[in-house]
Amino acid sequence: MADLRIDYCGIEFKNPIVTASGTFGFGEEDGEYTELSEYGGFSAKGLTRTPRPGNRAPRIAETPSGILNSVGLQNPGVESFAAEIMPELAKLDTHVIANMSGNTVEEYCEMAEILSETDTAIIEMNISCPNVKHGGLAFGTDARTVLELTEAVKKHCKKPLVVKLSPNVTSVADIAKAAEAGGADGVSLINTLLGMKIDINTRRPILANNTGGLSGPAVMPVAVRMVHEVYEAVKIPIIGMGGVMSASDALEFMIAGARLVALGTGMFVKPDLIIDVKQGIAEYMDKNGIKKAVDIVGTLELN
Amino acid sequence: MKKAHNCKLLAKREIAHGIFDFTVEAPEIAAAAQCGQFLHIECGGDVFLRRPISICDTDDNTVRFIFEIKGHGTELLAEKEPGDMINIMGPLGHGFELKPEYKKAIIIGGGIGVFPLYKLAKNIEADVFLGFRSKDRVVMEDEFSAAARSVTVGTDDGSYGYAGYIAGAAEEFIDNNGADIIFACGPLPMLKAVKNIAEARGIPCQISMEQRMGCGIGACLVCTCETGKEGMDGQVRVCKDGPVFYSTEVTLNG
Repeated sequence: MADLRIDYCGIEFKNPIVTASGTFGFGEEDGEYTELSEYGGFSAKGLTRTPRPGNRAPRIAETPSGILNSVGLQNPGVESFAAEIMPELAKLDTHVIANMSGNTVEEYCEMAEILSETDTAIIEMNISCPNVKHGGLAFGTDARTVLELTEAVKKHCKKPLVVKLSPNVTSVADIAKAAEAGGADGVSLINTLLGMKIDINTRRPILANNTGGLSGPAVMPVAVRMVHEVYEAVKIPIIGMGGVMSASDALEFMIAGARLVALGTGMFVKPDLIIDVKQGIAEYMDKNGIKKAVDIVGTLELN
Repeated sequence: MKKAHNCKLLAKREIAHGIFDFTVEAPEIAAAAQCGQFLHIECGGDVFLRRPISICDTDDNTVRFIFEIKGHGTELLAEKEPGDMINIMGPLGHGFELKPEYKKAIIIGGGIGVFPLYKLAKNIEADVFLGFRSKDRVVMEDEFSAAARSVTVGTDDGSYGYAGYIAGAAEEFIDNNGADIIFACGPLPMLKAVKNIAEARGIPCQISMEQRMGCGIGACLVCTCETGKEGMDGQVRVCKDGPVFYSTEVTLNG
């Protein structure tokens, strides 16, 4: 019988499948369609230092095999999360990954301190949101900045710190190395790819924010390639994501080097996707005589 | 635990050019459905996202929904034939609130916005106003007539029934007969007119809204609309907090 348990940053996850931040709210909504306990972990909606109402609608545009979104980090703020939301999430039989996004180094440090006092298992530091004017992506595209930010936040962080990487860079491996050098305990990738969709009749972008982040199956080959490059470049463990719609998709990420795999946009279409993905991974393991999920990770052989 | 249902298409009819009337076998959705709720429907083929479509009617075993071909997704959905299976999430969202004190209900629908109002019209005593662009776009007049206390049909171009925007016909009726609740669904200019009519007279008004959606269950925060309030209360989710809102809860400006 396949053993889906896997270690990530010294924490045992009961299976390698987690949710991608921003696609699952704070769990209360999809919870009606899927038991959160089915997941190894749950990455909550991205938090900021103070509450953010987010961008104007339309916030979504459909594209071939994917979507563009520009929610703009709508969230109640880190303090409200720590006081009201996290205590409820802590009752669930799954690990919580709190995701934070800052405008300044100080904000990231303050949020890390606040979240360190909660029951979250891991803190995920988003340096790659394409949909906010300040911070976000600006932090994630320069290796020196990533190193300094990670070093600074680590001093205030008592939980494993995972840095979420942007694909909107020349070399994702260089950014991953900078995060590792700064003391990150893991990296997660990819965040969305910056894109635009135009209404040819109005000659305006569909999104009120003009640009948005591309996700869904359209980005998966890019994401798998980047996970492979990062796996070759760093020793810290990877959370891989980008367009997973099936067990075989999740397995591609694991073979490329991801220890955990996040589901995101795929859940919009299949709210119970987790069930199929877990079952498919177990069947694959049984068929190939693989006893532990970790034995799939990074088994890629290049041509 | 809720789940997506694989539903067999039982009947299909094109009731006006490009407008399709589907009835699917869906006893669980039918049992739970309330007036004004919607379905999140997989169109198949290469269309990625589901499409939100309002529930038109239900009986013990079936759910009926009517949609217009607007793009590639609805085009693929319209190609389904009786016997085909359609994957449907639902019923979703917050529907119309029905209160026993409503004695003089008015229902105002415009274009394809009339469909979400039919189950409501069957469930309450109401005077119904239905507006369409032109005579060839008039649909469901007989069915609404059988369900409602009265039905007034109008066309924007005057080719059938009341000539002009239907909100005008409703306004005249309300000023002559009074109203204690207004329910509305339709294009944005019509909803704005109805909101003004209701709020100028202090009549509560429930509006069914539309927005581009992602997950359909409140998690992804893409289908928001503006409330006019400051800060965190400035936007609500059409899929989860709505699609039905009181007119005073939404600005209809974005």
